[in-house]
Amino acid sequence: MKVIKIDKAKWASGVSSLQGTYKIIGPAVDGDAHNFKELAKGEEPDFNFLNTKLSPKSIVFPQSEKMLEYSVDENKEDHHIMKEVKKDYSPRAVVGIRPCDAKAINLVKMNFDTDDYKDPYWLKLYEATTFVGLACDKPCDSCFCTSTGCGPYNEEGLDILLKEDGASYVAKALTEKGETLLGAAGFSDAGDEAAFEAGKKDAEAKITSSVQTDKLKDFSTLDLYNADFWEDLSFACLNCGTCTFACPTCWCFDIQDEVKGKDGVRVRNWDSCMFPLFTMHTTGHNPRGTKEHRVRQRFMHKLKYFVDKYEKGIMCVGCGRCVNQCPVNIDIRKVCDVMNNHVPEPVK
Amino acid sequence: MEAYTEKIREISERLLKDGTVEAVIGYRKGSVENSNEPCIVRSSEKINDLVWDSNCRINLANYLTNRKDKVAIIAKGCDSRNINTQIIENKIKRDQLFIIGVPCSGMTKKEDSSDLQENCKVCHHKNPVVYDELVAAEVEETKVDRYEDVKKIEAMGVEEKWEFFKDLLEPCTRCYACKNACPLCYCPTCFVDESKPQWVGKGMDPIDVRTYHFLRAYHCAGRCTDCGACESACPQGINMRHFTKKLEKECFDQFAWEAGLNSEERPPLDTFKLDDPQTFIK
Ligand code: SF4
Ligand code: SF4
Ligand code: SF4
Ligand code: SF4
Ligand code: SF4
Repeated sequence: MKVIKIDKAKWASGVSSLQGTYKIIGPAVDGDAHNFKELAKGEEPDFNFLNTKLSPKSIVFPQSEKMLEYSVDENKEDHHIMKEVKKDYSPRAVVGIRPCDAKAINLVKMNFDTDDYKDPYWLKLYEATTFVGLACDKPCDSCFCTSTGCGPYNEEGLDILLKEDGASYVAKALTEKGETLLGAAGFSDAGDEAAFEAGKKDAEAKITSSVQTDKLKDFSTLDLYNADFWEDLSFACLNCGTCTFACPTCWCFDIQDEVKGKDGVRVRNWDSCMFPLFTMHTTGHNPRGTKEHRVRQRFMHKLKYFVDKYEKGIMCVGCGRCVNQCPVNIDIRKVCDVMNNHVPEPVK
Repeated sequence: MEAYTEKIREISERLLKDGTVEAVIGYRKGSVENSNEPCIVRSSEKINDLVWDSNCRINLANYLTNRKDKVAIIAKGCDSRNINTQIIENKIKRDQLFIIGVPCSGMTKKEDSSDLQENCKVCHHKNPVVYDELVAAEVEETKVDRYEDVKKIEAMGVEEKWEFFKDLLEPCTRCYACKNACPLCYCPTCFVDESKPQWVGKGMDPIDVRTYHFLRAYHCAGRCTDCGACESACPQGINMRHFTKKLEKECFDQFAWEAGLNSEERPPLDTFKLDDPQTFIK
């Protein structure tokens, strides 16, 4: 793979020269934190951040996305016909996505791009996007990516991995899409791959937090499902959308029709298994009727059902967002360890 | 604060051992900086999980709604007023509760442990208004102008107000942590979840986001104790107390009302009195 060295003095002009061809989406100060947003002409991605408050999943999976539109006006010839909403799928590049969030996009892809179903909205945005990752040399205290099959220099899901190296960046093109972008920006000086090896070792050593996941797949599902720890683990939960909305790997959505006058749109909105409405039946019965059921669902999905279904480890990249943002401090690291260390009652 | 923790453990252990209560609702040490986790302790082996410090922001009255058992609950000034409100609204009975009162010196912000929460800076009821036992002597109450922030907004022109509220709610993701952290929000189906009829769209349309916030605030009018749990729960750092405080001020100005000071008097929007001010009826 091609390794390119980019002088920091040439970085801004290179990125900005891409702006005719690509929309540039990068980290920017947003209130008391950073978030990804489309950068204005000449605006540089602000790399002075640990990670963004909200994950970049919304770049390919917007929180509210119009899918179809229609008219119910019978005077119109095409009334009651669903039509795809025209959207901008021109090339875009996310510059500065962290390796955990890039892996998360790959993980979400397992759901939106399967042999049986292809989600056209997600896939079109995904295909239009070039992912330029920024290696994490200063991981936060609550990151535990090295024990989730990821890591501060993980390359999965990325087209380019970028690393700061003194007065320059070193960029590793990982895909053709990545090479194209580097070429378009006019970055061509040869760089040294060795910088990645050393940086990776240092960064991994800085990650102090971890989870144990080795036994999860061996449990019978019901042993974990019926375990006695759920009341204690779920007591504090408010059943809000904080953890699942912040999570780069949570993929659930709800579809709504919104009609104003005679014009309607079909919209999909993020949903969350923590909300009671998520599983409410039209009869009024709710199979996940209590908070305990819902908390169990979230963790069983991430740490057991997903593990069993895909055999690709847990559905968590260790970004730490839910850990930091949960208003009542429910910590997936603790839940994961409780599950992993569970001793099922012997069969009588 | 350590003395508070010790005393909370001592009282809780006694109550569990002598069978006064089946469980104690309190806080245990959190796993990230400046955080604690609400918890339920059912046996004396877990007594030492209980802690108290300035990170006990969540209002524990929120965990009482519709309980059937007899529990002890640790209550700051604001929590105690929300306990009264839950009693008035038939969500729990007084005789199901043993209230361990905590004279409160204020909760600090999660992002800055040296700064008191905004609501705590203007709190007039630091001492529990109802309790069975206090963990320490009462603290001195301070009287400040509670409504400086509200007055600032009231003084804005229409345009300026519009911009202010637009910016205020712009980062909202409708995660509903604010309403779910609130001990007043216990409806079996919240209006945001109703579908027959559907009162409000569920997406990120700013009109829908604002509708959610305005309606939520109105549902708290005359009931809100300004405990600040909503604001502390918000992952987006939104000061949605601006709404509830305006309504609190109205209730104070119109009816000299402060929510939850006793468990008998119903909140003003819940009652009718012949001498109610009714200048708005034209
Ligand atoms: S579960 Fe939490 S730590 Fe894991 S990826 Fe999601 S937000 Fe990050
Ligand atoms: S944890 Fe819940 S919200 Fe997230 S993907 Fe699984 S079911 Fe959906
Ligand atoms: S675990 Fe925390 S963030 Fe998630 S729903 Fe419960 S209270 Fe909200
Ligand atoms: S907690 Fe904050 S982000 Fe969530 S719904 Fe309330 S105001 Fe919006
Ligand atoms: S609206 Fe906020 S301040 Fe008022 S009682 Fe509810 S959580 Fe407390």
